[in-house]
Amino acid sequence: MAEVTMTVNGKSVTKSVKGNTLMTDFLREELRLTGTHVGCDTSQCGACVIHVNGQAVKSCTMFAAEADGAEVATIEGQANADGSLSVIQAAFQEHHGLQCGFCTPGMVMSAAALLKENPKPTEAEVRDYLEGNICRCTGYHNIVKAIMAASGQDVSSIAAE
Amino acid sequence: MSVAKPLPHDAARLHVTGSARYVDDIPTPAGCLHLAFGLAEIASGTIARIDLDQTRSAPGVVGVWCAKDLPTDCDCSPSAHDEPLLSDDSIHYLGQPVFLVAATSHLAARKAVALASITYEERKPILSIDEALEAGSHFEEGPRIWQKGDAEQAIQSAPHRLDGEIEIGGQEHFYLEGQAALAVPQEGGDMLVHSSTQHPTEIQHKVAHALDIPMHAVRVETRRMGGGFGGKESQGNALAIACAVVALQTGKPAKMRYDRDDDFMVTGKRHDFRIHYSAGFDAKGRLQGLAFTQYARCGWAQDLSLPVADRAMLHATNAYFVPNVRIESHRLKTNTQSATAFRGFGGPQGMLGMERVMDHVAHHLDLDPTAVRQANYFGSDQNAVPAAVQTTPYGQPVEEFALGEMTKALIESSDFKARQDAVRAWNETQPVLKKGLALTPVMFGISFTLTHLNQAGALVHVYQDGSIHLNHGGTEMGQGLFQKVAQVAASRFGVGLETIKITATDTAKVPNTSATAASSGSDLNGMAVLAACDTIRNRMADHLAQLWQVPSDKIAFGDTSVTDGNRTISFAEAAKLCYEGRISLSSTGFYRTPKLEWDRLRGQGRPFFYFAYGVSASEVVVDTLSGEYRILRADILHDCGASLNPALDIGQIEGGFVQGAGWLTTEELVWDDKGRLRTHAPSTYKIPACSDRPDVFNVALWDGANQEDTIYRSKAVGEPPFMHGISVLMALSDAVASCGRGYPDLNAPATPERVLAAVRRVQNEL
Repeated sequence: MAEVTMTVNGKSVTKSVKGNTLMTDFLREELRLTGTHVGCDTSQCGACVIHVNGQAVKSCTMFAAEADGAEVATIEGQANADGSLSVIQAAFQEHHGLQCGFCTPGMVMSAAALLKENPKPTEAEVRDYLEGNICRCTGYHNIVKAIMAASGQDVSSIAAE
Repeated sequence: MSVAKPLPHDAARLHVTGSARYVDDIPTPAGCLHLAFGLAEIASGTIARIDLDQTRSAPGVVGVWCAKDLPTDCDCSPSAHDEPLLSDDSIHYLGQPVFLVAATSHLAARKAVALASITYEERKPILSIDEALEAGSHFEEGPRIWQKGDAEQAIQSAPHRLDGEIEIGGQEHFYLEGQAALAVPQEGGDMLVHSSTQHPTEIQHKVAHALDIPMHAVRVETRRMGGGFGGKESQGNALAIACAVVALQTGKPAKMRYDRDDDFMVTGKRHDFRIHYSAGFDAKGRLQGLAFTQYARCGWAQDLSLPVADRAMLHATNAYFVPNVRIESHRLKTNTQSATAFRGFGGPQGMLGMERVMDHVAHHLDLDPTAVRQANYFGSDQNAVPAAVQTTPYGQPVEEFALGEMTKALIESSDFKARQDAVRAWNETQPVLKKGLALTPVMFGISFTLTHLNQAGALVHVYQDGSIHLNHGGTEMGQGLFQKVAQVAASRFGVGLETIKITATDTAKVPNTSATAASSGSDLNGMAVLAACDTIRNRMADHLAQLWQVPSDKIAFGDTSVTDGNRTISFAEAAKLCYEGRISLSSTGFYRTPKLEWDRLRGQGRPFFYFAYGVSASEVVVDTLSGEYRILRADILHDCGASLNPALDIGQIEGGFVQGAGWLTTEELVWDDKGRLRTHAPSTYKIPACSDRPDVFNVALWDGANQEDTIYRSKAVGEPPFMHGISVLMALSDAVASCGRGYPDLNAPATPERVLAAVRRVQNEL
């Protein structure tokens, strides 16, 4: 067991964890932040994407101990301080960028990381960036549309409203 | 009225904030145990010796169960009682659960499983369709055969004839949330089960059977699934039963979720098929006689294979009138995972067989495949009798046929003819990249083919503050059923959706429900909820009419208020008045689909209440040096009747198309010669990714109301759009055909390897 300290969604957290505790288990079981989902256990589906020091990371293949001292953001910390939805969250809701919702937290976290580094991505850039996030329900169309809309771009030309 | 509005998914806010709860997210009482199965490492044989000592003594392990330790056989089958929870020493497929471990954590349980030592006496497994045929290994007494007219005679006497065969691969559901269950023991031996299932009543039934207690002692709750697609119709039984057994015997809550690899290895998938066809037709490609032999690989247990194979037969001629048809269906038993329900339920395989015939006939005659399809449609000019009296091969009259008009509309809106010319011109000048364009129709029958399943119940309460509690037997797996049904309830009471509380599916609220399957969710549950709401609303109207001394029919509900034309009060005030007037504000509702009559042994009757229609056109480009390809554009026109929620329906169509295209292109299941599934993770099994979606993707709803009296005249939408993916395979066939004179003979999934092989074959055929 080792003590780790990190900031999660703006709050400092200190816990004692085993060396082999995965970041997903730390978030889900220790902190009860269950919005970070486990879809494949092998860092391929992207349902577990969080931000560590501002970078999008698949938390199912990261140890909690590796986040010692880090700034961590999860889906639970994405809404605005007053509880209203962030621009990206609101866009996923409005543009029907979700069905079963299991991939949604990872999608939102990936989208947030993308728009931070590239505030006005092209459609092709959005699709390319989301290669590591699998959705089985939507066919991706409305996810791409939601992210384009969240970046402030006109999505009226993206058909199939 | 909230019906017909494109409202977002009811749980969208919960999803985007990470607060929507799935089974694995439910806070568990202290001491919860975590379960894992030990899986067979051979496909066929018996267990010679099993040593679980190290597993038992592994850190965190609380208990280990083999078949003999279970209270009963703990059968998991939804049909034939042929799926014991744990192997009784005989092994039927590689991945079959042999023993069960309960430990203090998920990881501890999995680690303990790996310490088991089992030796086997192996038998040669029956894996392929050919091996099963040779061994006579099948379900039912023999092949099922349905016919209409004399197919053999019609094929013999037709001016043209061709024979062919298509192999159609299976498909892993890949619901993003794997199978999961949680059992919490209650007093007196009762059991509460949370399950990620499309069929809570089946979970209740199977858990009650396993524990040898009445169904009333088991309550199953399902708030949502992270995707189902048919994979959670019967495949959740094993986990729920395992959790319930452990919970009963230890007195502790027990939870189980499959690791993704285990999910692939243990659970059933879409049936793979081989379809042989013989077609007799005239110079315009109009079919005169048609014979299919369908071979379905069902895996080791019967599960839902009989109705799946039946539906493949029911859709074997898709949207076409064929005067003489013979369909023979073999349901083969193999030492592989038990193939199960998957969106379309055999319909896609049957339909693909027919679309393959259309493509092959058009190629044979050097005709435009779209024209050949149109010439064979129900109600097309060739047939002197009006469409209304044309019947399907199983004798159901096709009373409404929208595809003639829909096809014309899509040809127009997608600029199909001009693009066909452009593709032809491109292919004449381009040596390496070849394009293909194809249009295919979907005609999908709506209703469970097991007629008694076409029933649903609902429970609605209006509280004295005017808020409304809504419950029904349908389950939410992302399709938006809960929102659609809430829209129905809101419309009946004339209130906003914020007034309605959507609640988890619960076997203690609505009993004896059918699976949320066969696209029937909103058709059945919408009607049941409507009945419940109207019962309450009529009681309220009668009471207010009495209070106000007006006739009941003067009382109207709308804008969250109730009026008699003179007085208007809020809905909440009305609820309070009714409560004080001692009026029951709670009601059940019930619905059974009318007009159904079906004899599956004869293959005759009316299995379907109505048909849902759609047509799609896909354009692809193929690299003839590598076999790789892209979908350039897809246009879809789909019939949802008068849509309950156009946004949710379009979402189903987009997602269905992409999933269907994945089935026929990149999603390849590979078993080795020992029967081990080699594609058991997203690293080796490729479902469509974000960049696989077509560059241009146009989806539109066909404007029309259901001719049958369905909920607000809407049509079911879950499964039908899946089959639009067939147009992608046919577009690939079109592109490959441009490489030479031979017929591409493309099997599914058309992976780049198969496309490349087809290109070579076509190029070499002079």
